[in-house]
Amino acid sequence: MALTKIVGIETEYGIMVRGAADFDPVASSTLVVNSYKDNDLRSIMWDYGQENPLLDARGFQSEPNAPSPDEESNAVINDILTNGGRYYVDHAHPEYCTPECTNARDAVIYDKAGELILDMSSRIAEQTLDGKREIIIYKNNSDGKGHSYGCHENYLVDRSVAFQTLVDGMTPYLVTRQIFTGAGKVGAENGAESCDFQISQRADFFETEVGLSTMVDRPIINTRDEPHADEKQYRRFHVIVGDANMAEMSSYLKIGTAILMLQMIEDGIIGNQFRLRDPVAAIKSISRDLTCKRTIKLSDGSERSPIELQRVYQRLAAQYVEDRKSDNAYYEIDADVVKKWGETLDKLDEDPMQLNKELDWVIKYTWLKAYRARHEIEWRDHRIAMLGLQYHDIRANVGVFYRLQKAGHVRRVVSQEAIIHAISNPPLDTRAYFRGTCLKQFASEIHAASWNSLIFDVEGKSLQKVPMQYPLRGTREMVGDMIKQCKSAADLLAAIEAKPDNSE
Amino acid sequence: MPSSERKQTQKDDARKDSAEQEVNRDVVEEGAALKDDIDSLLDEIDELLEEDSEEFVENYIQRGGE
Repeated sequence: MALTKIVGIETEYGIMVRGAADFDPVASSTLVVNSYKDNDLRSIMWDYGQENPLLDARGFQSEPNAPSPDEESNAVINDILTNGGRYYVDHAHPEYCTPECTNARDAVIYDKAGELILDMSSRIAEQTLDGKREIIIYKNNSDGKGHSYGCHENYLVDRSVAFQTLVDGMTPYLVTRQIFTGAGKVGAENGAESCDFQISQRADFFETEVGLSTMVDRPIINTRDEPHADEKQYRRFHVIVGDANMAEMSSYLKIGTAILMLQMIEDGIIGNQFRLRDPVAAIKSISRDLTCKRTIKLSDGSERSPIELQRVYQRLAAQYVEDRKSDNAYYEIDADVVKKWGETLDKLDEDPMQLNKELDWVIKYTWLKAYRARHEIEWRDHRIAMLGLQYHDIRANVGVFYRLQKAGHVRRVVSQEAIIHAISNPPLDTRAYFRGTCLKQFASEIHAASWNSLIFDVEGKSLQKVPMQYPLRGTREMVGDMIKQCKSAADLLAAIEAKPDNSE
Repeated sequence: MPSSERKQTQKDDARKDSAEQEVNRDVVEEGAALKDDIDSLLDEIDELLEEDSEEFVENYIQRGGE
């Protein structure tokens, strides 16, 4: 039977400082990340001993391990959050990772909480500047000049499912799902065919079908196999092909449908029903078809539109969710995802522009088009480029998306209260609960953290590592009372030793 | 058709017409309200648009990440 899906979203944000002649993206990102004050966790380090991003899902390691940062810079560029997530500097971008979630609703809530964390820390960082400079953070995936930064989804899947089965099952889905997950983009990039506006931010950057790289020669299916969990049981499915979303509906469908697809693959319901003749060409041509009805070629010679392919998956999912209703703790959310997925496909089929309050690319297209008509300007006009960028500005008063949402022109999926709560409270039903709660309660006694361990530094003792190899343990139900009763990390370690199954 | 029935039909038609006019008026009013709404939001977007957009867009260059 399919595993409960553990999901996390990692987002690299674009950064710019207005009014700085000597803008340095690394220094600026460091300033922003460092400005965030979350329960005085500043000195806690990230445990790089657990990281190996070069492990390939196809079963080999491609290059020697990259060196980890030294102790001082480690603490400066890393922030472990009380919501169980991680906030750090990756290359030249601030990056936020949600804590481990079990469902699409939580994933959206924690992803949105990340925007607020970025926004708060940028405003604090700005105060340390001279008052003339402005820090601007964009939740998008491209600078419009051929440089892309990612929004990656991570799903834990059953190790016993062959990687090729995942490739076969997921490729046609990932290539076509942009019709509801795309964040919209003005123009083309990376040498791809020119266009005024396209559905996806990322499509132009994909050059190959399967591979390990995320920075050059990007693959539709990425093979980074780093589960941060018991690797005998779990494999990581690392999706790099998605756009960062502003609209909650796009984000909710992105995660919710991927969870169902992976579970249907694990249960043998989705195999290689469809094989695309040229996935790399298809991802770009679909991105350029705002009707979503132009067909792509399958390797058996037939042709299907992206709506038709998604419709097949949606119908299979509808049946699948009902069939396992009795033993699915996430039935309510799964059923809601299937319903919204179906409604979205119906509307895309009738007229995609009906979704101008739901889907990122349609919202953006609608308003840029209206602006263009009002001023009688070309798609290539710098004002359109600016608004295309400003759609992703995370500031509530300046960002175009947020102004539209405030004016009631965007349909929401989750509540603002839930997002605010998620800034500093972990999900209850994964090991993120243990991590976040320990960080809140015993911050001064934690030396380092990683996805699958916490290292405690209790006075008079050597460092003690608590492994967390199982993402569905360490939940509130399992360890909530135990942590509450402990006055110190020493108490907690003693309690864990007496009852080792609870957190590990 | 007996005249009484014809009268009834005419009456029904007249009622239907006025109902349709009502609906049309609603649609027009709704359309006008929506247009006002869109216009005011476009005004707002105009105000939001960064003044230095040409230069800013040109200078917005990111290093690839991931």
